[in-house]
Parts: sequence; structure tokens; C-alpha cells
Amino acid sequence: MTDTAIEAAALGRSFGRRRRQALEGCSFRLPAGRVCALTGPNGAGKSTLLALAAGLLRPTEGSIAVLGRTPAAARERLAYVAQNKPLHPQLTIAGTLRLGRDLNPRRWDARVPERIIAEGDLDPGARIRSLSGGQRTRVALALALGKRPELLLLDEPMADLDPLARHQLMATLMADAADHGTTVVMSSHVVAELEGSCDHLLLLGGGRVRLAGPLDDLLAAHTLVTGRSGDTLEPHTVVESRTTGRQLTALVRPAGPLGEGRRTDRPSLEELVLAHLRSPEAPPLVLDTEQEAAA
Amino acid sequence: MVEYRIDRRSGVATYVQIVQQTKQALRLGLLEEGDKLPTAREVVEATAINPNTVLKAYRELEREGLVEARRGLGTFVRRSLGTAPADSPLRAELEAWAARARAAGLERDDVDALFTSVLDAHFAQSKGDA
Repeated sequence: MTDTAIEAAALGRSFGRRRRQALEGCSFRLPAGRVCALTGPNGAGKSTLLALAAGLLRPTEGSIAVLGRTPAAARERLAYVAQNKPLHPQLTIAGTLRLGRDLNPRRWDARVPERIIAEGDLDPGARIRSLSGGQRTRVALALALGKRPELLLLDEPMADLDPLARHQLMATLMADAADHGTTVVMSSHVVAELEGSCDHLLLLGGGRVRLAGPLDDLLAAHTLVTGRSGDTLEPHTVVESRTTGRQLTALVRPAGPLGEGRRTDRPSLEELVLAHLRSPEAPPLVLDTEQEAAA
Repeated sequence: MVEYRIDRRSGVATYVQIVQQTKQALRLGLLEEGDKLPTAREVVEATAINPNTVLKAYRELEREGLVEARRGLGTFVRRSLGTAPADSPLRAELEAWAARARAAGLERDDVDALFTSVLDAHFAQSKGDA
């Protein structure tokens, strides 16, 4: 098993005759065994990045390696669930899973998908076209996990699930990760949905990497400061600062002790992400995960 | 066996919540020496949190000498935690101080703010400490 799940170097992808840049200059490394939240506003490039990792798109600049190979060569070891969960509407659930087995003869493990289907109280004889959006998501995830992927790429997996189904499927994903060390990348623009389940963060904005690294390290690198307006925040890197009356609130990357007379708090994932989204000009932060991976 | 309750909105890191709840269970005698902690898989199946987070919490507990991992068997409690003795001299001093603060006209929130700032000055920002 390779210790790097995804490695991107100056990765870029443009579309159309006008060469609209969906991704630009993206460099990061995702170690194997991580559960990575891929987030950012609409149009940030999340789906493009997942499609590049899945080998469905080719980069127009730079490169991306998956499980130490090209995405095409790694295809057998990865699974990708697209945002619109494409399944054959005429097939039954059981037929869909048989197709999965036949297409992945060496890797298929029928127990996982069967349990996921049973958990959702779904009739294996039901046709895909008769299912609700959430039920289709369940079948698509069952299909993806049945393949026993080393890398699971999920584009907005939880968007049309009710809270119970969301919890069940997240628990199933986490249990799979615990059992097999599966690397999971899931995109969502709802950050709160990912908190607790992810240990790695990749934040995109305007097609570029804004934040990348182990979640705890990224959170630890930032501090929420509450002080008096007029306070100087030098020499710290200020991501965002706001003044309300006499009060100054800022998210900073401390370059040393923050001084007396200020309240300092650890930001939540949501606060970290929102501050960066509100300040597109804040410098990106990509934390090297080399040491983490070796530890 | 303990069951963890994860509060995603508490602002406390998830692994810290596991560390704290384990210590709480040790203090309350819900966990005793030799007891087995739930496996990472059991915890994530119940809570949908990340398995690495559970392992990180267990490593922290192990580092503090409270539990030990036995290869292939699981994680076991090594020693239990005594409650902070109710009659220690430290407590008496704090009692006297609180009485003086009240006599000086401080409200509960004032005392809380003072106490927290002194705590922050003397102890590292709460990491795994419960």
C-alpha cells in the first residue's frame, strides 16, 4: 500500500474555448488513510478536482497522482460517486449490485452493500427509477463500498439524505475506514456536516488551494483574537479582522505570543472556513503532512 | 464499557471529548482497572466520527498512563482515577477565597472570569486536560 493517496503538483484544468480556469496551480498531498473534507463555495473547483482524481478528466496543466500512479492506472483501486449518482434506472437494486460484482470480479465483497441496503429498509427487487434521491445515494454508496476501494471519492454524498440516513451512512463510511484504512475524500459546501468525521481539510476557492493539511494542525495554526480596536496585530498573519465599536475580532495565524489583555480562542472548523471564504485575499496555508504520516 | 457522546457544536475537539469522557468514567468508577475500552470501529459505528480521532484519544490516554493497548486484543484500563479529595487544603484555600470574593461584591460571572483568566495564565490551553 502506498502512503500517499493523492498528490497534486501545480494541477490545473480549464474548460471550453475560452479556457475558463476551473482549477489553477493546485499543489497538495493527501496521505493514505485520511478522511478528507473537500470544501469551498459553489464553483470553487471541488467537482473538477474529484473528477481529475477519478481519471474522468485530464489535467490541462500540472499533474495528479493517485495511490502512486496515474488516475487511469489506479482506477481499479478507487471508487467515485458523482454528485448526480448515475445508476441505471431500469435495473433493480439487486441487479445493480450484480453488475458491480461482475465489473469488479477480483475485489467485490457482497456483505458490505447488502448490509447498507438492508439498513435502509430497501427492497432488493425495487427498480432504481422508483427510488427517492436519498435511496439512490444509498445504492450508489453500497456499490462504491462493495468494490473495497482503497480510495473513495464522494461528490456531495450527503446532500439529499435525511439526518438519520446521513448518520447511518457516515457511520458506515467511518467503520469501513476503521476496518480497511480506506482513504475517503468527500466534498460538501456544508462544513458542519463534515466536522467530527474528517481529519484532513482541503479548502478550495476560485480554483485554488486556500487551506490544505491535517485538520487539527490547521486549526492549531489559527487563533481567534478578541481585543480592543486599534490594537496592532503585527507581526501575525491576519486572515480576517473586523471592528465592532471598540471591539476587534480577528482570525490570525500567530507568529509568536499574542500578548496580554486579549481573549484568544481556538476556532471551530466552521469559523476557520468562513473566515477564509470572506477573505479571498488571505494567503493560502498548505501544511506539510510528511511528519504526520511518518508518526 | 463506556459509550461516548460527541457534541459537535461544543467547540471542544472531538478527541478531547473522548479523553474527558473516559476520565470522567474513571472518576465515577464506571470504568475500572482491566476494563476494555470500545474498539475504534465500535465507537465510529455509534457516533460516525473519524476512527483516527478515536485512536488519537486512546494514544493520549495511553501517554498519560491510564490505558494500555494490547496488540490484537484492544485497549484496557490500567489504573482508575481517584476523585480530587474534597477535604484537601487547596480546596479550603479556594473556599476562603471564594467567600472573600463574594464579600467583596463579586458576582458569580465575575468570579468565573477571574478564575478562568488565572487558570489560563497558569495552565496550558486545555488540550487533553479534563
